Amino acid sequence: MSEADLSMGHGAGVMEERPFAIPSKKLVMWLFIISDACTFGAMLFAYGYVRNAAPDWPHHFGAASIINVALMTFVLVTSSLTMLIGTRAAKAGDKDGALRFTFITVVLGLVFAALHLREWANMIREGVSLLQNPWGAPLFGATFFGVTGLHLAHVISGAIALTVVALGYKRGRYNADDIEIWSLYWHFVDLVWMFVVPMVYLLNVAR
Amino acid sequence: MSAEGSLKSDLVVYVGILVMAGVQIFLAYYSPGVIRMLLVAAIQAFFAVMFFMHLRDEKSTLRLALIPATLFVLVMMNMVWADSYRLIHLRAFPK
Repeated sequence: MSEADLSMGHGAGVMEERPFAIPSKKLVMWLFIISDACTFGAMLFAYGYVRNAAPDWPHHFGAASIINVALMTFVLVTSSLTMLIGTRAAKAGDKDGALRFTFITVVLGLVFAALHLREWANMIREGVSLLQNPWGAPLFGATFFGVTGLHLAHVISGAIALTVVALGYKRGRYNADDIEIWSLYWHFVDLVWMFVVPMVYLLNVAR
Repeated sequence: MSAEGSLKSDLVVYVGILVMAGVQIFLAYYSPGVIRMLLVAAIQAFFAVMFFMHLRDEKSTLRLALIPATLFVLVMMNMVWADSYRLIHLRAFPK
């Protein structure tokens, strides 16, 4: 029995049964996800704190921004679906299908990042910086770029990680469990976006 | 990932999450409110965790280890609101 078999939970009878019946790497990813959920929670609570305490919080996001956000949401949720299909293919032993859908996920992640950066560029062009903006509460920019920037960093690092894991899977270094474990991260990034959109964008639409 | 579920159930959840995203945008224009918007987001997150991340297929001990601890931390963060409202209501009058 190889070390890889043992580490992926195939050592029944040799090692004590795992308490959660999942590989150690998957448990570590879950622990990372809950700690990251608390990090994003803290960021969103900080955003809410500052927004709530500012009587002149800008309601800046017009139709173009909201359409862009809707498109970003569509792209990110669709990337979760393609990641699911890729994971299923990997679990079924369909290596080509797993690679195809994992790389489609990466491309969708990069499309999301490009749309995000376009939104940022528009706001910077309109005069928003970390500590000032033309419309009201000066901390609007810092909180906006802080929350969305942290999410964007997660999307970009997720796209890089999925590329590395997919290439390793192609060469035989990684297996279907590794694809599944990184798909958890990708779905988490999607999940966080579901809270970022109402908090940062939809509660501040221009009327 | 276990063998449970299928592409059909994935598609149903996918469409459901997109529909809820549409509902959020509708609420933003016609009935804005932080509680109802976050409630929709929480429902979306529930479906994403249970179906996309397949937490429903894992052992209940894993769910018990992860969910209550995370919710506890996030609920305790609500302590900040008292101070946030204080900043509004105890704001000094402008000179």
